[in-house]
Amino acid sequence: MSRPFHEALAMKGAMTALFLREWRIARRIGGGASTGAVFFLILVAIMPFAIGPDLNLLARIGPAILWIAALLSTLLGLDRLFQGEEEDGSLDLLVNGRLPLEVVVLVKCAAHWTASALPLVVASPLFGLMLALDAKPLGLVAASLLVGTPALTMIGAIGAALTVSLRRGGLLMAVLVLPLTIPVLIFGVAAASAASGGGAPFLMPFLVLCALSLATIAGAPFAAAAALRVARD
Amino acid sequence: MWSLANPTVFLALAQRALPWLAAATAALFAVGLWLSFAAPPDYQQGETVRIMYLHVPAAWLSSFIYGVMTLAALGTLVWRHPLADAAQKAAAPLGAGFTFICLATGSLWGKPMWGTYWVWDARLTSVLVLFILYLGLIALWRTIEDSGRAARAAAILTLVGAVDLPIIKFSVDWWNTLHQPASVFRLGGPTIAPELLWPLLVMSLAFTLLFLTLHVMAIRNEILRRRVARLTMIAAAQGDSLTLQLAAGAAKG
Repeated sequence: MSRPFHEALAMKGAMTALFLREWRIARRIGGGASTGAVFFLILVAIMPFAIGPDLNLLARIGPAILWIAALLSTLLGLDRLFQGEEEDGSLDLLVNGRLPLEVVVLVKCAAHWTASALPLVVASPLFGLMLALDAKPLGLVAASLLVGTPALTMIGAIGAALTVSLRRGGLLMAVLVLPLTIPVLIFGVAAASAASGGGAPFLMPFLVLCALSLATIAGAPFAAAAALRVARD
Repeated sequence: MWSLANPTVFLALAQRALPWLAAATAALFAVGLWLSFAAPPDYQQGETVRIMYLHVPAAWLSSFIYGVMTLAALGTLVWRHPLADAAQKAAAPLGAGFTFICLATGSLWGKPMWGTYWVWDARLTSVLVLFILYLGLIALWRTIEDSGRAARAAAILTLVGAVDLPIIKFSVDWWNTLHQPASVFRLGGPTIAPELLWPLLVMSLAFTLLFLTLHVMAIRNEILRRRVARLTMIAAAQGDSLTLQLAAGAAKG
């Protein structure tokens, strides 16, 4: 068999191994996955305390609350995307390994999204009920989160890579990431609000969300990999 | 560009050029401000239109400075120009300042014209995002200790944030905005009256020269700051009294 075919097979094996490693670590340490979902629940629970029990008002801003909570949960979980590797030195191994660093970033983000953001998407219909959203559009709200949270994770990966060498870089990372996630938030809330019965169309913001996710999946690994190489030397 | 790569050459050029730049800036501001007050009032907005002579040049400059920073970022990452990171670091606070002037004067203009200080339309939101990007860049520069690493990280962030510039420019075309559409830089030529256009262009030139003067001064200060830092570190490493005196002398002068 030809050489490129061997290399492709080896790369596929390496990517799977990296994905499984990230998945197991994220689920095992009481960090990434479950704490992020609990934080999501707490945020959704706090908002009605601050806003008051007016169900009509809650139903109108329910999609926005879900999206803001998803954004903040993603932001908090991004610390552990590269920090663990940087602390024990395995970041050097990943940067110098045979797998291209951009592919490494992509696989880590995929594992991070599967472990942290996917539970939020699955739980969002339940929380939507708590926020007095109608039952029928909850599926579309969850769909908007499903296609929008990859963009949040990828943009967050750029911020995490830029601040990986800083000890307490969490707040700075939030300041760097949040302006770049504003378009995702705008279209995500537009799609979710349209789903829960505004007059606006649902398909246009939904498609723009898909486009944003695809564009960030394509572009962010290069920026994040460049930032990781900068941090290493 | 490469002849300026030597910091000493740049410092010499800056020393010779700065008095001329400062004088030209002051002269242009004098002419521009006189023209702004001599220009006729707008038929709809009356005298409030004169805020435009501050607001529009500041807005142009806030995007222009980010463009300069993007070029400097490419200079750091792609061509490894030695002064590119100093240029980028010096431009960030200036860009933040001009963006703030743009937002503040726009907000003061909005209250009599639109009835509100702020509205979340596409143009205002994207300029606010630009302002936050500037602040994030300044924060990144200050937080990473090693200046070479900080330069390259800031360069990457600048390039990622450059996607905001076309959004700002075309936001009034792509969305329904309260902010008016383009009336100067558009395909059919300017739609603004010449009596108002000339003071605007003179003020823009004055603002640009102001940025150029301040930028050259800031790059010069950054070079001198690095020299002081290096001398201090050498002195600390050697415990040499002569170098310490040199460093102290350079810090004072």
